[in-house]
Amino acid sequence: MGVLSSPLAGSLVVAVGWLVVAVLGLVPTNNAFFARRIAFPLGALAGVALAAFGLQAVWLPTQALTLPLGLPDLPFHLRIDPLAGFFLMLLGSVSAGISVYSAGYFREEPSGRLALISLQYHVFLASMAFVLLADDAYLFMVAWETMALSSYFLVITDHRQPAIRSAGFLYLLIAHLGAIAILLCFGVLHGGRGDYTFDALRAAQLQPAWASVAFLLAFFGFGAKAGMLPLHAWLPEAHPAAPSPVSALMSGIMLKTAIYGMVRVIFDLIGNVRWEWGMLVLAVGAATTLFGVLYALMQHDLKRLLAYHSVENIGIILLGLGMSMVFIGFGHPAAGVLALIAALYHTLNHAVFKGLLFLGAGSILHSTGLRNLNDMGGLIRGMPRTAFYFLIGALAISALPPLNGFVSEWLTFQAALQATVIQHGVVRSLLPLFAATLALAGALTAMCFVKVYGIAFLGQPRESAHPSPLPHAGDAGAMERYGMAWLAAGCFVLGLFPTSFLLILNRVGVSLTGQGLSEQALAGSGWLWLVPTAAGQASYSPVIFLVVIAAATLLAFLLVRRFYHGRVRFAAPWDCGYPEQTSRMQDTADAFGQPIRHVFGPIYRMDRRLPGPEDTEPRYSLKVEDRHWYWLYLPVARAAEFVSSKIALLQQGRISIYLLYSFITLIALLVFVR
Amino acid sequence: MGIPLLAQLVNVLAAFLLLIAFAMLSQRRVLTLIKLLAWQGAALAASTAIVAWSTGQTHLYYSALLTVLLKVILIPWVLHRLIDRLFVRWDIETLINIPTTMLIGIGLVIFAFALATPISQMATTLTRSTLGIALASVLLSFLMMIVRQKAVPQVIGFLAMENGLFFAATSATYGMPLVVELGVALDVLVGTFIFGIFFFHIRERFDSLDIRHLEKLKED
Repeated sequence: MGVLSSPLAGSLVVAVGWLVVAVLGLVPTNNAFFARRIAFPLGALAGVALAAFGLQAVWLPTQALTLPLGLPDLPFHLRIDPLAGFFLMLLGSVSAGISVYSAGYFREEPSGRLALISLQYHVFLASMAFVLLADDAYLFMVAWETMALSSYFLVITDHRQPAIRSAGFLYLLIAHLGAIAILLCFGVLHGGRGDYTFDALRAAQLQPAWASVAFLLAFFGFGAKAGMLPLHAWLPEAHPAAPSPVSALMSGIMLKTAIYGMVRVIFDLIGNVRWEWGMLVLAVGAATTLFGVLYALMQHDLKRLLAYHSVENIGIILLGLGMSMVFIGFGHPAAGVLALIAALYHTLNHAVFKGLLFLGAGSILHSTGLRNLNDMGGLIRGMPRTAFYFLIGALAISALPPLNGFVSEWLTFQAALQATVIQHGVVRSLLPLFAATLALAGALTAMCFVKVYGIAFLGQPRESAHPSPLPHAGDAGAMERYGMAWLAAGCFVLGLFPTSFLLILNRVGVSLTGQGLSEQALAGSGWLWLVPTAAGQASYSPVIFLVVIAAATLLAFLLVRRFYHGRVRFAAPWDCGYPEQTSRMQDTADAFGQPIRHVFGPIYRMDRRLPGPEDTEPRYSLKVEDRHWYWLYLPVARAAEFVSSKIALLQQGRISIYLLYSFITLIALLVFVR
Repeated sequence: MGIPLLAQLVNVLAAFLLLIAFAMLSQRRVLTLIKLLAWQGAALAASTAIVAWSTGQTHLYYSALLTVLLKVILIPWVLHRLIDRLFVRWDIETLINIPTTMLIGIGLVIFAFALATPISQMATTLTRSTLGIALASVLLSFLMMIVRQKAVPQVIGFLAMENGLFFAATSATYGMPLVVELGVALDVLVGTFIFGIFFFHIRERFDSLDIRHLEKLKED
């Protein structure tokens, strides 16, 4: 039982197990049955095991291992420390739910296609595990690129549609831009000395200027993968294109590997964090948060909307990370660790609730074939269970207590309130501003999910869009429901017992910065109360919150039963003078966002067509586009095209000219070597 | 007294090689070009044999024999058959007129000698003074490939360039190892056959062997 006692060996076994499951799926002739009944459930089981190993690793000292694989003289190094353990726990636990869901979701896929999906899916999981376990730049980059490629192929599962192919291309392009930056960052850290193990990179002493270059490269590279502004453009394209469990994996887990990379490189490998870096991260994080939520409000495609919320949540995580860097840079590691804990806690929370929401969106898509909110309505009657799980996810992402989203955002606020310890006046006054951005984003998120839930699940089916009443395929299947139930339970556990996760994350903070939370915080925190700084300053008890909410609901219910029982009468409501009322008169998703569109008008690029008074068939159309396309992406694309067209002049198509090129090169080289 | 005489013989053959290279550059007829190529091969074989005789390197005899078989007999014969089948005995058009080409060629020879002088002063071989000539004939053959517009003369230029390289190897280091020479010889032979097949395809496609037609293959 040596494997069970060593989390590193155990995690390695799980990762290799995923690879084995991936390859085995190709062997059986009836491989659709194999994938659904054996491969995905086995993958889920492996995920649970990985979560356990990760949890174990948080409490054990760091372990390292050298594999006899890789190139000659360049073996793969593995290492597991509390940070890697925490992210392995995230990967294992969230992927378990998504794998169970996938076993049900892909039930209509034909054999060959499903075998390929299963192959790419499990290779994707294994590569993420290797990214987290890697202890040298070489294995890290190999795993990172495997992750990008396997997820690219998952995104273009329906590659016959041109829109999906171009979404996949955009994703691959930005992923590679990021990978180049990461590679250069490792090169800068290496500085021409020693080898590429993380130990060597950690030990390297960098000039301050070079450390800043390495930070910028890492921030850009991992930010491209995480979807921070202005490199977010692939997210709203790739997530709707991919099958829903894949969107859940990418948004829930893959974006988090980018956060892992950022923390690993900036806090661990570069070290000596500077507060200026933190301010940059904070500014980008605040912009990303606001941008993500404002654009999410404008979307009527459910999966695109969720993708923009992923952008927003990455912004929130970056706010936490940036604050942590500012505090550490100014020499206040206790506050810095609190902000880091908030960021990492939000990372885990976002993985759980965004995974759940994408799975819910997948079930809706599966049952109704719809992604456009404006065509939905009244889904709660056809699919009550999906509606229930989706509601939990929506409450969690809106940061309502006692669910998990609230805890991490509250911790972020608590960290921001520590700003008084900073001596630098400007920074001290800026930190609360960033926290205010977070508060604004939180409120807008809640509004956005009121819109999603209200438009999609409540109200009447919009029969104008669909002749048959929605949904025609009924509620989600059993496996899909188990997957969603697992993640919904995660929302509750993370929300109700934050102290245990605080202690786990405290271990991570200690291993990264050498310092943990204050003694008072640890002493004050118990199963009931969460105390981030000191009991006198702030404390939060989700259990009491739950009890109060439950009691109030119960009381209201009893009072209503007691006083109104039997006094309900049915009558036609006043129709405001409109005798004919159809479901087309309901609020639409676009109408819901109108006030925000009005207030934040300059942020959007809108193309709106209003019907004139004489139109016999009035049509209203609205297109909201991302401004980044016009000031950033398209100019860059045009410049690349221009340079390519100039270089293409070399290609004359005449053999004499080509020979002349070789001849001139030869002569020049001969002159040069003389 | 014997060795300087042999060295002078090698020098005479080298000069002959250079002369042939210029002749090829100025020649307009394909049939004559092939004859010149065969003569170049013969001069090469003779100089290799003399070097072998004077230094006692037996493997150079094989190499000389191989040169005679391949470059004097087999490849010219293959090219003859090729132009018979393709009816391409006509005059060759050049991109630049011939006097200008010759002037450029003279410039190249001067450049090659300037380049080879420091190297040949370091070398200790019998044939060191011929390195410049070898280099010059490589460059001249390259020039011929550039200025010709038809496919067959270009291939002849390519083969002549290989001759020049071979001569350079013999003069600088008494030849390459036999295995390498065998490999190169086989490559040249196979290359000639492949070129032959391509000629037929090019003519079938464009009704001509003028390589200007290949410009149409470029994507816009």
